[in-house]
Amino acid sequence: MVDSKLNLLQGTLDVMVLQTLEVMGPLHGYGIARRIEQVSSNEVLLNQGTIYASLVRLQQRGWIAGRWGTSDNNRKAKFYSITRAGQKQLAKDTAYWQRLSAVVGRVLTMQPQGDEE
Amino acid sequence: MSHFFREALNRMRSFFRKRPLDQELDEEMAAHLEMAVEENIARGMPAGEARRLALARFGGVQQAREAHRETRGLPWLDVMMQDLSFTFRTMRRDRAFTIVALLILALGIGANVTVFSVVNTILLRPLPLRDSQQLVRIVEKDPRAGESSKTYTADATQDFQQQNRSFQSVSGYFAFTGPDNFKLIGQDQPLPLTGILVAEEFFQTLGVEPALGRLFKAGEFVKKAQPVALLTYPVWKRQFGGDRSIVGRTVDLNNTSVTVIGVLPETFDFGSIFSPGARVDLFTPYIMDDFRDDGNDLALIGRLKPGVTVGQAQREVDQLLPQLYFEHKHPEYGKGYTGQVTELKEYISGKLRRSLIVLWCAVGLILLIVCVNLSNLLLARAAARSKEFAMRTALGARRGRLVRQSLTESFVLAGAGAMVGLALSYLVISYLAHQGSIALPLLSMVRVDGRALEWTVLVAVSAAILFGAMPGLRMSDGNLQEVLKDSGHGTSSGRKHDRLRSTLVIAEIALACVLLVGAGLLLRSFLHVLDVDLGFEASAAATISLDDGDGRDPAKRTAIWQEFVSRSSAIPGVEAAGISDNLPMSRNRSWGIAAKGQLKSSAQDFIPVFVYIVSPGYLKAMGMRLKEGRDIRWDDLYNNRSVVILNETVARKLWPSQDPIGRTAIAGGMDSEVIGVISDVRESSAEENAGAQMYLPSTKQFGPEGANLVVRSKLPSSALAMPVMRTLRQINQGQPATEFKRIQTLVDHSTSPRRFFVLLVGSFAGLGILLASLGIYGVISYSVTRQTQEIGIRMALGATESRVQLGVIWKTLRLALIGMTVGIFASVVVARLIASLLFRTAPTDPFAFAGMVVLLGVVALLAGYLPARRASKIHPLVALRTQ
Repeated sequence: MVDSKLNLLQGTLDVMVLQTLEVMGPLHGYGIARRIEQVSSNEVLLNQGTIYASLVRLQQRGWIAGRWGTSDNNRKAKFYSITRAGQKQLAKDTAYWQRLSAVVGRVLTMQPQGDEE
Repeated sequence: MSHFFREALNRMRSFFRKRPLDQELDEEMAAHLEMAVEENIARGMPAGEARRLALARFGGVQQAREAHRETRGLPWLDVMMQDLSFTFRTMRRDRAFTIVALLILALGIGANVTVFSVVNTILLRPLPLRDSQQLVRIVEKDPRAGESSKTYTADATQDFQQQNRSFQSVSGYFAFTGPDNFKLIGQDQPLPLTGILVAEEFFQTLGVEPALGRLFKAGEFVKKAQPVALLTYPVWKRQFGGDRSIVGRTVDLNNTSVTVIGVLPETFDFGSIFSPGARVDLFTPYIMDDFRDDGNDLALIGRLKPGVTVGQAQREVDQLLPQLYFEHKHPEYGKGYTGQVTELKEYISGKLRRSLIVLWCAVGLILLIVCVNLSNLLLARAAARSKEFAMRTALGARRGRLVRQSLTESFVLAGAGAMVGLALSYLVISYLAHQGSIALPLLSMVRVDGRALEWTVLVAVSAAILFGAMPGLRMSDGNLQEVLKDSGHGTSSGRKHDRLRSTLVIAEIALACVLLVGAGLLLRSFLHVLDVDLGFEASAAATISLDDGDGRDPAKRTAIWQEFVSRSSAIPGVEAAGISDNLPMSRNRSWGIAAKGQLKSSAQDFIPVFVYIVSPGYLKAMGMRLKEGRDIRWDDLYNNRSVVILNETVARKLWPSQDPIGRTAIAGGMDSEVIGVISDVRESSAEENAGAQMYLPSTKQFGPEGANLVVRSKLPSSALAMPVMRTLRQINQGQPATEFKRIQTLVDHSTSPRRFFVLLVGSFAGLGILLASLGIYGVISYSVTRQTQEIGIRMALGATESRVQLGVIWKTLRLALIGMTVGIFASVVVARLIASLLFRTAPTDPFAFAGMVVLLGVVALLAGYLPARRASKIHPLVALRTQ
């Protein structure tokens, strides 16, 4: 268990994609996947292919927009960028994650104490 | 919130753009992999390794594609489409099965929708009138004497209208209108029309608004008022070409110019509500002052005040009506009406409830048989397809998926069957709604409406579940290994299957049994009704309603009647002719009659008696049998002699065990000499016993209500119509083109509801037996196929052809016998439930039961014989080689 990579929780990939696009600007699928791997220092178990289900979902919800373009090395690729609605959603999700991780952190670091608090 | 909506929309859009989206994804993923490979090479990997690593990091192109599809589209719809396309493929492959199944389902569902539409219109749906639950009909409590005792005098009606407190309004119509009582005189020949006289506020009480123009006004119900008429929608369309300017124009009706003041809406059909099967063309005001001396003639309807119940109204009527005088001018006639208040809807269709429910159950049975049959067919197919399903299970299909697949198949079948059935039912209903000859109320208003469509869906869905569930479950719950091993032609395999199918066939036979016995009992009743001695000979007699000019002057009328009768009798082929104002089994009226005795007669001594004002020759033309005495003679009419012919019922009541001829009766208020006695005549219907009847000559004392010429001839009525009409026209130029009707038509009209039910239940029984025989054939034939080898061995060991045949037939008969035994027990119960619908037929009628046993037995034998023959033709060598 210790040496295996982190399994992604449902919905976390969507947030990561949104955040990546927010910070990096328009990117293609491969770029997004690579970026997440790099940032997570390869700790996340990510089948790169799964990013596409996430991308189509975010697109259908109107949080990101996709458009075909050419990459740096002149390759045709579909570039995604975050929309205004996506930014709003990202803000909401970020707040949620921070609260959640704080709570989970507190619970997990709980010390045995007396009868009060 | 909005993103859910947007996502749903996008999912739906993606569902229809699979191809381009897949292509786009493929391009995207290809680019992705290329970039990954490039990066790896740039890092110094060899090309092969770079590609392998890129693919590994990507993790399954196909999975990514599936996940993409599932995320963006409608996965459940995809599965359904798959199931559907598979179903269509299977259906196309098994074309014979599909056609048979569809046909069976279409018949079953069609029959159900048809009967439901009829039941819905007649029984379930409220009358097509505003707030129809407030409408009631008021009739005497003991209507012993036909229409006359269901009606009230003008005076009593008026008193009741003024004194009651329960009703918003009370109105009525003249109940003794004969057909074609008006003639419309225009450019061509005079056209016969039927008009009903209605009292004030009649349409307002019913809540009917005119489609054009206005309703009658109070001023039009007084003597000498300008004559006015309302047209019904059909006659306006037919005779006046739907011309809107008809309102306000005058037309010539019976030589009076009458102003048309309006047209009634298409939805209002007087006939279908108040006198089933009758055509009504127009309405005119019933002017009370014209009818004050005419006795009971108004049929009353009322609209209750809001919040007043039928019970409350009944209590008031019970108090009020006995206080009302028959006639103000003649208080000595006494008082003492009674009144039964019945909701109009109940009055119209209450009598039919039982018959309709029986019909509904019968058609439900048909649906059950259809389901059992299809279940059976599907099971047979499931047996043949068990390997296919086992294979799919082995390849990883889950059980739910298989059941879902098989349910999809049954839903598709049921859906298609329902559509064909609906079309069938639509045709049948349009046909029924235009059958004027069936005397069922509201029949003309039957439509395939929204409720019927809902019912269709309900029936189709329950049928699909009923016949689809069992094969589906069976198919999917096989032991995988066993099924795959089982070659399907062995001897021991599929015993369970076989038993299940046999049980289904037995159930089918039992159900068919119940239907057959029911139909048999109803048919026997119908035959008994046809067999009833009507007291006249309906065959070979025909009638036409006469225009006897302005027949108010008795002497002139007698002269013209005699001319009509003598010249009609002279037409070649005519055996006898005569005139009567009323005919049996059509409208009727009654007066009182009493024996003139020593005591002064009081009202109690009078018995109500049906009155017929006739000419000489009428009895003979109708084929009525004179038991004693003589017929009326023309000189009775010319001399205004008061004579009367009685039927046996009256004669027996007035003078028990004495000869009535020559005695004096008080008939219609006149002392009359009894000159003859005839056998009883069924005056209202074949099923009701004859009441009291008397026949009076048309004299100045006894005025006829119209005139019907009856001729007796062996010639077909079509051949007779022309010469009779020519003769009538020679005597009276103004004779309208009234219909020349066979008397049999009147009888048929009165038996038509029974004929209708017998026909329907009979055809359901026919369908039931057909389906049962199909079921038997299917099971036996399948078991023969399965046992080919076994039979082959037995024949190789010396079994003869006839032995093999007998074996198969015996198997068939055993199924039939078990089914019939169960069916007979069920039938006995059912027969008791429908006992009240039977006529002179016991619910245990041996003919019905024996007939059913013979019929089912023969059909079972036939269904078993075909496979038996096939079995006996099996060649041992061939049989043993097939494996």
